[in-house]
Amino acid sequence: MEIEKLEKVASQVRRDIVRMVHGCQSGHPGGSLGCTEILVALYFEQMKLKEENGKPVFDMNGEGEDLFFLSNGHISPVWYSVLAHRGYFEKSELATFRKLDSRLQGHPTTHEHLEGIRIASGSLGQGMSAAIGSALAKKLNKDDRSVFVLMGDGEQQEGQVWEAAMFAPHHEVDNLIAIIDLNGQQIDGPTLKVMNNRDLGKKYEAFGWEVISIEEGNDMAAVVKGLYEAKSRLGHGRPIMILLHTGMGFGVDYMMGTHKWHGTAPNDDQLAVALAQLEETLGDY
Amino acid sequence: MKKYTFTEKKDTRSGFGAGMHVLGQQNPNVVALCADLVGSLKLEPFIKENPDRFVQCGISEANMIGVSAGLTIGGKIPFATTFANFATGRVYDQIRQSVAYSNKNVKICASHAGLTLGEDGATHQILEDLGMMKMLPGMTVINPCDYNQTKAATIAIADYEGPVYLRFGRPVIPVFTDADQKFEIGKAWMVNEGTDVSIFATGHMVWEAIQAGEQLEAEGINAEIINIHTIKPLDEEAILKSVEKTGCAVTAEEHNRLGGLGDSVAQVLVKNKLVPQEYVAVNDSFGESGTPAQLMEKYGLTAKDIVAAAKRAIARKQ
Repeated sequence: MEIEKLEKVASQVRRDIVRMVHGCQSGHPGGSLGCTEILVALYFEQMKLKEENGKPVFDMNGEGEDLFFLSNGHISPVWYSVLAHRGYFEKSELATFRKLDSRLQGHPTTHEHLEGIRIASGSLGQGMSAAIGSALAKKLNKDDRSVFVLMGDGEQQEGQVWEAAMFAPHHEVDNLIAIIDLNGQQIDGPTLKVMNNRDLGKKYEAFGWEVISIEEGNDMAAVVKGLYEAKSRLGHGRPIMILLHTGMGFGVDYMMGTHKWHGTAPNDDQLAVALAQLEETLGDY
Repeated sequence: MKKYTFTEKKDTRSGFGAGMHVLGQQNPNVVALCADLVGSLKLEPFIKENPDRFVQCGISEANMIGVSAGLTIGGKIPFATTFANFATGRVYDQIRQSVAYSNKNVKICASHAGLTLGEDGATHQILEDLGMMKMLPGMTVINPCDYNQTKAATIAIADYEGPVYLRFGRPVIPVFTDADQKFEIGKAWMVNEGTDVSIFATGHMVWEAIQAGEQLEAEGINAEIINIHTIKPLDEEAILKSVEKTGCAVTAEEHNRLGGLGDSVAQVLVKNKLVPQEYVAVNDSFGESGTPAQLMEKYGLTAKDIVAAAKRAIARKQ
């Protein structure tokens, strides 16, 4: 898809994010806004999905298609919006986010059988292990498609991430592209202050990963280019890590560059300000 | 009373290894994972014949559970194996979110459960695993009683769709069940019919219960002995049918008295049929180093303790 069209999708996704979080007065807008480009690029441009008549058909095993796992499950609003616009379910369902009896739980789950989701996430540090498992299953099944997983940078403080980081190169899981959302923020403040991750690139390289960096993680063209670069390195015995530099809250001026909108909902006035900055391109839900 | 005899003693973990060997030949989707304990889990025959379907995870149990959950997404049937302590308590949140809540077809297979791990001591002797696992919605919890039953259970859970916790152990104990038995998940096994007291036993305690039954018979007490190899889903019908007849119950398990088989049976009795129940279980404590026999003696998990509990239960009958 052309960059301009992808940007239009991203603008609508951002509107959905702030409206969803406003609608239930809870949820995580900051990280969701920052990861809009990467999710739109993956689902509308990069990933091969199983489709019938132009619409994705969901099956749990995902044979013959690329798979995406969201490890930092709290940024569910961006994923739900992207899945809806991609055609996995009706976008009207976005209005049920975090409400009683919704399939759009606060954190993603398979429990409600929402199309597009293959494992629950929310308790941090677990998604990369699951992604690796599904990548191994693809190899056992002689399925040549790839697996993507997105994690947070604060999430790198979880020990399980490093168990998985050690495992993937050892087992030559070279059909896996992991992505870290480097927004430098977590709940209690800047990551540098809360728990300094230092040089994640060097760490992953030392563990045996192929590491590439996307410096402008909120520039659609840069994100698409970076993903092509990552894919070109698949199949050479090493897993790929993308360090995706993003701005938390990107697209809404007062939410940018701060941890304060990690898990806070805008009020009515703040919503109006945010929506004025985001063009409605595909129609609000 | 039916007499149970045995010609050999074997460890239940070897029953697991034998079951895996069979599964390796029968089911191409079965994948074995282990966290640096291949010898202890008796996985060598499976690995030898199916090297591509074995995943060495190193000493990284959390990742092993997550990788197992991911493997199911490609239609595989992962058997994640390690010691019971590291297969449950250490990775409870990983099992909770990535396996149970996500309803993944992962088989968590745990050896060296309970006191009978022996000399390694309390750090490795988990006595809380049945409780933790049975509390997870959707989790099936199985604790077979000997080599043959563990082998049969291992083979059976591959055909069952859904998360399973399979618990077994290290010591060699009598092999007294049939070699060619069919294992039915959730179906209690009537070991011996009786009229005076129901003894519900699980795992290694089933053989102790059989011995207790013989001692009780010598004293004129006719005990019914039932092997509850599946803690969840619990065979409530079998339990109630038995206590209707006997009017009192003893539960026997190599587990903390809090949260294990005893509590599961008590819930059934409280709700349906109030009869006296006595627990044979570890009294809310950690274990310690010692031989398995010494530990079972010290912590009150022998046939003698079941006999005493049976007499207490009978005395409380009105």
